[in-house]
Amino acid sequence: MLRIPCPWCGLRDESEFRYRGDATSPRPPADAGLDAFNAYVYQRDNLRGWHTEWWLHVAGCRKLLKIVRHTLTHEIRSVEAATAASSTEPVR
Amino acid sequence: MKPPPHSRRRAPLTHRVAGGRYSFWRLLREGLRGQRGWSRAWAKASPRPRYRVVIVGGGGHGLSTAFHLAAEHGINDVAVLERGPIGLGNVGRNTTIIRSNYFHPDNIRFYELSLRLWERLERQLNFNAMVSQRGTLNLFHTEAQRDLFTRRANQMRLLGVDARAVDRAEVGRLVPLADLDNGRYPVLGGFLQPRGGTVRHDAVAWGYARAASAAGVDIVEHCEVEGLRIENGRVTGVDTPRGFIAADTVCLAVAGHSSVLAAMAGVKLPIETHVLQAFVSEPVKPLLDVVLTYGAGHFYVSQSDKGGLVFGGAIDGYNTYGQRGALPMVEEVTAAAVTLLPALARLKVLRQWGGVMDMTMDGSPIISKTPIEGLILNGGWCYGGFKAIPAGGLTTAHLIAHGVPHPAAAHLDLGRFASGRTLDERGVGPFPYLH
Repeated sequence: MLRIPCPWCGLRDESEFRYRGDATSPRPPADAGLDAFNAYVYQRDNLRGWHTEWWLHVAGCRKLLKIVRHTLTHEIRSVEAATAASSTEPVR
Repeated sequence: MKPPPHSRRRAPLTHRVAGGRYSFWRLLREGLRGQRGWSRAWAKASPRPRYRVVIVGGGGHGLSTAFHLAAEHGINDVAVLERGPIGLGNVGRNTTIIRSNYFHPDNIRFYELSLRLWERLERQLNFNAMVSQRGTLNLFHTEAQRDLFTRRANQMRLLGVDARAVDRAEVGRLVPLADLDNGRYPVLGGFLQPRGGTVRHDAVAWGYARAASAAGVDIVEHCEVEGLRIENGRVTGVDTPRGFIAADTVCLAVAGHSSVLAAMAGVKLPIETHVLQAFVSEPVKPLLDVVLTYGAGHFYVSQSDKGGLVFGGAIDGYNTYGQRGALPMVEEVTAAAVTLLPALARLKVLRQWGGVMDMTMDGSPIISKTPIEGLILNGGWCYGGFKAIPAGGLTTAHLIAHGVPHPAAAHLDLGRFASGRTLDERGVGPFPYLH
């Protein structure tokens, strides 16, 4: 069971959240071409280690969160609002 | 790669098995002689410095690919490199179900090829894998679901695959334990694939390992691949703790960790890794003789020959390489279990475990060349890896030997994502955690 410290609601169980996948590939501009969109839609780093990802607090504040979590230990290193600009680069 | 040489005439595989052929007479003879005549089923090989083909991953697909390379293409200059011992990865972690009850014609054809291979597997390998075609029964609980299943069954029948609708009364006869009138999701009926069933999964790994080893394949356990060497866009071999091993072709068959291995070659895949849990109850007398799938939640169950009920559910739902599982899915699966089969509430769960799997962007597997010359990928198996082992091995071996995809697996190429030919059985789009 993951316990996610939501910045608005406090420490909550994972069952309140909905996973929304990798948060490190921003949508390319509309004229970026097929390769860029293929990479955006389909290709993932799928890291075995620290992974930056979206979680929606669907049964709580309904905010979209950006979480850095380890995909082997499940340790959570940071939780911030989706709009926070600080860590758009993937953490390795 | 050049087509394989067919000059060497080979005796049928079953006559060249290490330690002799298994038979009733052999069993009787050994029984009378104190079981002293048995030998190891496969040789513990040390790696040679170079091979024609190196297969990374000694799971079901790796071993099956090696077997088919040797048996059908005369290529036995092959090494299978396994990180741990044979049989402890996903080939020994699944719920042992075989079936071909898909909707997309390409999926039906591929999994039906696999089912036909399962039907002759034991004779081919001279190994008892306890293939049991007890039937797979999928239940429906709404009118809309009935229409969907009917369409799926019709699609299967159009392609010559067995499927039939089962009404509510017959579900009651087939599964007397089921609470058809459960308050939440009453059962309206089901659809049955009589040829579906289960296979003892460990025996699949052992049987393929034994047959491949007898055919001259080196099976190297405890040999983790730590790097792929690439020169001028071509793979030249693999780095392991036991030294560099050169190869003309390297095949990745490491579903669950495909992204990690592909990253060593600088290739990014349309895959996320997720954990799927499975469970087995304490053994009880026979009470379920089909593979049963609940339609109002993720729960599927069969009874093993030892008596334990083997069941599983959906993936936990977020990227993980942890081969365990979390409690929310345990709760969801057991809730579905006791809704459908209330008697299960009296049983103890003996063991629970998790396996990590490649979840692809369209929920279908990948058997394909990669942007690196000589690097072949067999992966992306999602939930369907076990049942696909015979066909996966056969078609991957074909791709390695001939350099062109097998007709039954041509649609499983990596290029389908960029070109929009995705094979999305569930129709949910590029969200691996939803497949």
